Amino acid sequence: MKYAYYPGCSLESTARAYDLSVRAVCRDLAVELEEIEDWNCCGASSGHCTNYRLSHALAGRNLALAEREGLDIAVACPACFLRLKSTRHEVRADARLKKELAELIDLPYEAKYDTKHLLDIICREVGMEEVRKRVEKPLTGLKLVPYYGCFLVRPPKVTQFDDPENPQSMDILMDALGAEVVDWSGKVDCCGGSISITKRDIGAKLVSEIADAARGVGAEAIVTACPLCQSNLESRQGSQALPTFYFSELIGLSFGMKEANTWFRRHLVSPVALLASHGLL
Amino acid sequence: MQFTSEQAQEIGNPAFAKRVKEISGTTLDRCYQCLTCSLGCPVNFAMDYLPNQIIRMVQLGLKEQVLKSSTIWLCATCESCVTRCPNEVDVLRVMDTLREMALREGVKGKETVIPIFHETFLGSIRQWGRQHELSMLLLLKLKTRDIFSDLGLGVKMLLKGNLKLLPPRVKGSKDVKAIFEKTKGEI
Repeated sequence: MKYAYYPGCSLESTARAYDLSVRAVCRDLAVELEEIEDWNCCGASSGHCTNYRLSHALAGRNLALAEREGLDIAVACPACFLRLKSTRHEVRADARLKKELAELIDLPYEAKYDTKHLLDIICREVGMEEVRKRVEKPLTGLKLVPYYGCFLVRPPKVTQFDDPENPQSMDILMDALGAEVVDWSGKVDCCGGSISITKRDIGAKLVSEIADAARGVGAEAIVTACPLCQSNLESRQGSQALPTFYFSELIGLSFGMKEANTWFRRHLVSPVALLASHGLL
Repeated sequence: MQFTSEQAQEIGNPAFAKRVKEISGTTLDRCYQCLTCSLGCPVNFAMDYLPNQIIRMVQLGLKEQVLKSSTIWLCATCESCVTRCPNEVDVLRVMDTLREMALREGVKGKETVIPIFHETFLGSIRQWGRQHELSMLLLLKLKTRDIFSDLGLGVKMLLKGNLKLLPPRVKGSKDVKAIFEKTKGEI
């Protein structure tokens, strides 16, 4: 199984632990990730919020570079995932945009190959049977709530991944790793995204509502698939914050990967004491 | 919602509504004001008009109020409204269209900081090809004269190795600059 890998900007900086754990886990699961050579930023929300054509051109350049390799794209960041997915979606529906895009990026793009999120690839392409086989250190006793946020599941006609109101992929995955998965109401709530950089009060309110919902069902930690959710949850919760894991870190931990320690050291809210209390470190 | 006589003067001028529909490709006349978008909106408590009100105001041609509203900038682009609308009105695409119109027409609205954030964020991509968080955040602080907030957080991120000191190197950064140049013009 081979994909063109689009890490996205966050995974090179604030979410280094996500990138390192994704690469390690994929290596172990025989998912080959070939990083798209010379990829650029997808434009994120600032792109589509302020300039429609710029947004599609920034995403489109990456799509065209990956198409040259003849591979589907694997993405870790849900915001990048939705930007790339949505440009392909629109290009397939709009011949005029397709023509304009080729001129803007000065590259051919036929929208042949799909973009998939790594959670989707691990859950549906690799499959739970393969994952279970590799679990050496089940996450027994660790009470988790899976947090999907926005762009993994919305809008469903573009993302084509799981149920938009009550997704299950991460729940099933965490259960396969031996964790105690708790159902809760905050699964697809919004953490505020980039708004929390400029409107800290709004970000803090949204994050504390999510954390309260998690604590309300007795969760000890949150697990996410988004670098921005992870950083908002860890930086805006205030005191007695719940640690927030990337799903790939927990896969690596349950597979017995020694380097998992180095990922956890990068967290703003250290999960070390919690993991040690369950004999997981 | 209530309209004042001042607002009423703009009602009946359909050019604005027509333009928004054209650019967004969204059939916003299908909105029957069920409020599903606004009830599920995570930022509704902070907005001056609710998303369903913005849709109504666009229909009525209240261009100035709409483009100056804080709502179009506070929208967190979470896609809840788009997903839940029973009439498939792409509210987010309408918001994107309104934001782009406001910027291109130089409309100064109630919300000033978020447009600066977008400009700074995109400026970093234009310069480097990828986002360089550290220089982007420092520049944002200077532009918004908000030097001290989140300083502790930034230092912690640096110490944890989660903020790159040097900007990224993208060979095709010229191509990215060219994309910015080509998309500067009219919508």
